[in-house]
Amino acid sequence: MAERSFKAEVEHLRLGDGQTFTGEGILAITKALLENGVAYVGGYQGAPISHLMDVLADAEELLGELGIRFEANANEAAAAAMLAASVHYPMRGAVTFKGSVGVNVASDALANLASSGVKGGALIIVGEDYGEGSSIMQERSHAFAMKSQFWLLDPRPNLPCITKAVKDGFELSEASNTPVMLMVRIRSCHVTGSFPTRDNQRPKLTVREALSNPQSDFARVVLPPMSYAHEQDKIKNRWPNAEKFIRERGLNEVFGPKTAPVGLVLQGGMYNGVIRALQRLRLADLHGNSDVPLYVLNVTYPLLSSEFLQFCQGKDQVLVIEEGQPEFIEQQLTTFLYRAGSSVRLRGKDILPMAGEYTGQVMLDALTAFLKQAAPDMLPATVRAPNEDRPQIPDLTKTVPIRPPGFCTGCPERPIFAAMKLVQKETGKLQISADIGCHLFAALPPFEIGGATMGYGLGPAANAAFDGGGERRPVSIIGDGGFWHNGLSSSFTNMAFNKSDGVAVIVDNYYSAATGGQDIMSSRADNPTKATKHPITKALKGIGIDWVRQVDRTYDVAKMRDVLLEALTTDTPGPKVIVASSECMLNKQRREKPLQAKAIKDGRRVEAPRFGVDEDVCTGDHACIRLSGCPSLSLKKLDDPLRDDPVASIDQSCVGCGNCGEVADAAVLCPSFYRADVVHNPSAWESRMARIATRIIGWLQSRRAARRLNFEGTA
Amino acid sequence: MTLHQTLADTMGQAKADPALSGIIKLAVLAVGGQGGGVLTGWIEDLARANGYAAQATSVAGVAQRTGATVYYVEMAPHRAGDPVPVLSLMPAAGDVDIMITAEMMEAGRAIIRGFVTPDRTTLITSTHRALAVSEKMVPGDGIADSAEVMAAADIAARRFIAHDFDTLAIKNGSVISASLFGALAGSGALPFDRAAFEAAIRAGGKGIEGSLRAFGAAFEVAANPPEAEEPAKAAAQKTGVSGPAHLLAEWNRLAARVAALPEQVAELAQLGLRKVVEFQSLAYGADYLDRLASVQTCDSAAQGWALTREAAKYIANAMAYDDIIRVADLKTRARRFDRIRSEMRVKEANVLHLTEFFHPRAEEIVGLFPARLGAKLEADPKWMARLTRWFDKGRRLRTDSLPAFVTLHILGGLKFWRPRTLRHAQEQAHLARWLDVALSQVGQNYDLAVELIRCRRLVKGYSDTHARGLSKFDRVVDASLTIAHRPDAADWCRRLREAALKDEEGKALEGAIATIRSFA
Repeated sequence: MAERSFKAEVEHLRLGDGQTFTGEGILAITKALLENGVAYVGGYQGAPISHLMDVLADAEELLGELGIRFEANANEAAAAAMLAASVHYPMRGAVTFKGSVGVNVASDALANLASSGVKGGALIIVGEDYGEGSSIMQERSHAFAMKSQFWLLDPRPNLPCITKAVKDGFELSEASNTPVMLMVRIRSCHVTGSFPTRDNQRPKLTVREALSNPQSDFARVVLPPMSYAHEQDKIKNRWPNAEKFIRERGLNEVFGPKTAPVGLVLQGGMYNGVIRALQRLRLADLHGNSDVPLYVLNVTYPLLSSEFLQFCQGKDQVLVIEEGQPEFIEQQLTTFLYRAGSSVRLRGKDILPMAGEYTGQVMLDALTAFLKQAAPDMLPATVRAPNEDRPQIPDLTKTVPIRPPGFCTGCPERPIFAAMKLVQKETGKLQISADIGCHLFAALPPFEIGGATMGYGLGPAANAAFDGGGERRPVSIIGDGGFWHNGLSSSFTNMAFNKSDGVAVIVDNYYSAATGGQDIMSSRADNPTKATKHPITKALKGIGIDWVRQVDRTYDVAKMRDVLLEALTTDTPGPKVIVASSECMLNKQRREKPLQAKAIKDGRRVEAPRFGVDEDVCTGDHACIRLSGCPSLSLKKLDDPLRDDPVASIDQSCVGCGNCGEVADAAVLCPSFYRADVVHNPSAWESRMARIATRIIGWLQSRRAARRLNFEGTA
Repeated sequence: MTLHQTLADTMGQAKADPALSGIIKLAVLAVGGQGGGVLTGWIEDLARANGYAAQATSVAGVAQRTGATVYYVEMAPHRAGDPVPVLSLMPAAGDVDIMITAEMMEAGRAIIRGFVTPDRTTLITSTHRALAVSEKMVPGDGIADSAEVMAAADIAARRFIAHDFDTLAIKNGSVISASLFGALAGSGALPFDRAAFEAAIRAGGKGIEGSLRAFGAAFEVAANPPEAEEPAKAAAQKTGVSGPAHLLAEWNRLAARVAALPEQVAELAQLGLRKVVEFQSLAYGADYLDRLASVQTCDSAAQGWALTREAAKYIANAMAYDDIIRVADLKTRARRFDRIRSEMRVKEANVLHLTEFFHPRAEEIVGLFPARLGAKLEADPKWMARLTRWFDKGRRLRTDSLPAFVTLHILGGLKFWRPRTLRHAQEQAHLARWLDVALSQVGQNYDLAVELIRCRRLVKGYSDTHARGLSKFDRVVDASLTIAHRPDAADWCRRLREAALKDEEGKALEGAIATIRSFA
């Protein structure tokens, strides 16, 4: 079960001819897949396309009705490899993952696929995780299209255009026997809007039908001499066919006046940002009618020389607006102009920044600068000579703290890293490598654990150089998601085979949590269509790793610490692996809260734990926070002139995970914490005993109070 | 609330363009988990239901996990069949009409990012704080200054609406997304009436009643901003005291001594006296006032009694140290039980379990021994190892049950024993040394003496943290004394203390001490 349920949205996927879909971009893409007769879909979750996977998982019933096969692939490579079904069979297939990292993982399969060529439309939907909100290194998926010769769509970011790109993508793929990558940026995935729907189409050939009539053709296998033929086929046939299709179907768009001294060439994804900048310069109206000609590249690879040169005709200067680096498009267009002997001046990254997201301000500044140089007459007077007297706004950059993502309230990973911090207090700093997933937040304060991340499932592999051991053992961390994605094969067999002396900690939170709580092999949930409940420890044993410790409650900080110390000091040779398991709190709360509320309502006995701090006992040294960072554990300034420092305070969002008490105990911090368990619907006996105890306690308290001075307003 | 009307008139150029009239750009800056998505959904539905084309975007991803997250909505009047407006997917600096920030520092972040400008932006912010980890983990006070953001917002925004919308939502049994939606409605920044807003909440379908209550309360606040809040009265003096007559009589005698002190001293001495009397006894309180008096003899009105005032505060803190007896006493008081019951919203039909987390070490145990015996054991590693074996483990005590409560109640009643304990002797010695060192500087460098008194702030916490605090205290005091002859010694002492409070390991302090060594 994913973090968010899309059962309601799935109904939107049933809309038909003449109806209107209103919702998120990523769901619109899902709907478009169904409208275009896709036969199989798959992928691997990750922002910003997680919702696509989640909604497909929730839509299995509908997919079944249409005869569509859905795979929650083990990783992006598996997803891309699945497109092999379109090599020999005229079936449309689509897979999705995040770019550029997912494309990295998938690139082996994609390169083979692109070499073999496809018969049925093969669509790779990539959520380009670039710019604000991105969680990965800042790179472009564009390069993969160039190196493997498959086509790249970058549609204008509105629902009609994005869904049209799905249709165009399948058709382009079939017309050119080449896989097509549809790139959607973070905001395009989450943008809301509407588009007119069509009826869903059953695939012309279903995977079951294809299986009844197997096909093969050795000419499609990537082996010499066919592989040489594939390369020639790409250049001589597939590419020209693609160009022809793109030109004839008008996939790229031209807007604005026919004649003008300047023009803008832009990726489709940049369109709204460019229009907004033009609107702010009074050069476009609300509906995008622009005074400056625009050549919008909804297809960013391949580029069409003839179309581009035609656009350039009669213009003095053309500005290329291409986000990300290197500037592949600009280079290609420069070549076109040079080969054509054109005198048109091409501008681009000389005005726009080479690196970074093209935000509203960047776009406005660049267009202003370009037009000032190339066509100053077009600009309104206020822009040419600004005459503003804006008040000076104080600089707050030193005041406002950064707020990076971190562990959620009650996260089961927090105690693991608290334990690790305590271990390092004993052992000194350790060599620690990390993986991809929520656990990577441990690299930030207050834990600052883990100095490198080399990719999903590669945490322990990233410590391979230290496998030989030394004075202190190297430690690597990996999540359960990473373990099943690629970790078992790339990290753990690597450790086992090389007789690593290192320690690996597998953070098992029952889900692929960082991507939205999807089920994986070791998930504890019942999943009707997926095989879950496969313990990680069993897999480890299977590859010959014998020193394996399973910790079933990560909140037991002392135990976590002791197991880590044991792993670091044991004489046993070979890899030392700790599987630390507790359920992701976000998912647990979502699952249990309604059940608990119902149980209380039904009169069943429920204990609701929450932690608190005695503010008179807390001295305000914040040692607990340095071992926690929990959002619910915060500070409070006391109304007491005798106290300088704010004291710890726990707000009502506390879920009573237990970390505070465990840490106070394991790290010997202070006795300020207490846990309050409110028992709802206690038994009659329990209530009676509690009443008796309360009465005696009350008597003792008032007896003492009567013999001393009591001050108002104190505890 | 501010209204930069003049600026709006001279600088409202975007509004002058008829081609773009009617477009509204609204951004929400929230912390992950605050329901920014719900708020955005309401705004979008509201716009669509009232004849607008609306487009919303967000950058969810990992930022949702407690990080700062931006949501963005654009809307423009739209009739069915007309061409669709082209709207931007992200807010641009200088181009946001309504900025909603769900936390005070996020308002600051919006200002830094240029989303709040005097020509156009209505800034609606909740003034509550959700502290960032970097603010919380500092050993001292690392909390960012909200006043700075408030001041900047006053300048940066065309209209500024600020209120604690978080508390207001909680009070109404809802969450901040509902109160911010109410504030947006009350601000009148959107061309829709109140009923339309409420309809959007009803259409949402979840927790409608609570949301509507919080919405309504916030609507009133935003529509009729209350007069500037009275600054909270400096420490409303709680002097109410009750107890047996003979104790009260003695208390009144001590209180009279405090009243005779200079006003700026009395203010703190009154609280200090109360603290030490609560900690131990009235006699201990008299002792406190004696110590204060001895400081006062070195001080003068000409200096504003700064030394005595600081001494009133820190001597009280030093005398009311944190030992097992104090903790046990505080943990077993009736008022604490009442407070917890109300904080945890324990109802009559519920039963409350209360678990305390104690982890006594050998040091705390010998601390309870008579001073001479305790000192002997403490010096004997064998005995310490033995005590560690016997006592040093985490103990979870259920103070709602009789055995644990009675144990702590008895421990809390050991005040009569306290003066004989090793811990008391150690604390008294430390106190005496610290005062001696500080007072020895009065003649030569009065300001340094004041700063040395203030250094007592460094001693806090329990076990390791306490030991680290003591060591930082020693290092700061020693380093300050090496440059006591310099006129800027007090300034350096203050800087050292602040450095010591910056990080746990004392890296900043080491750096500062190295600087001092370079010129000492």
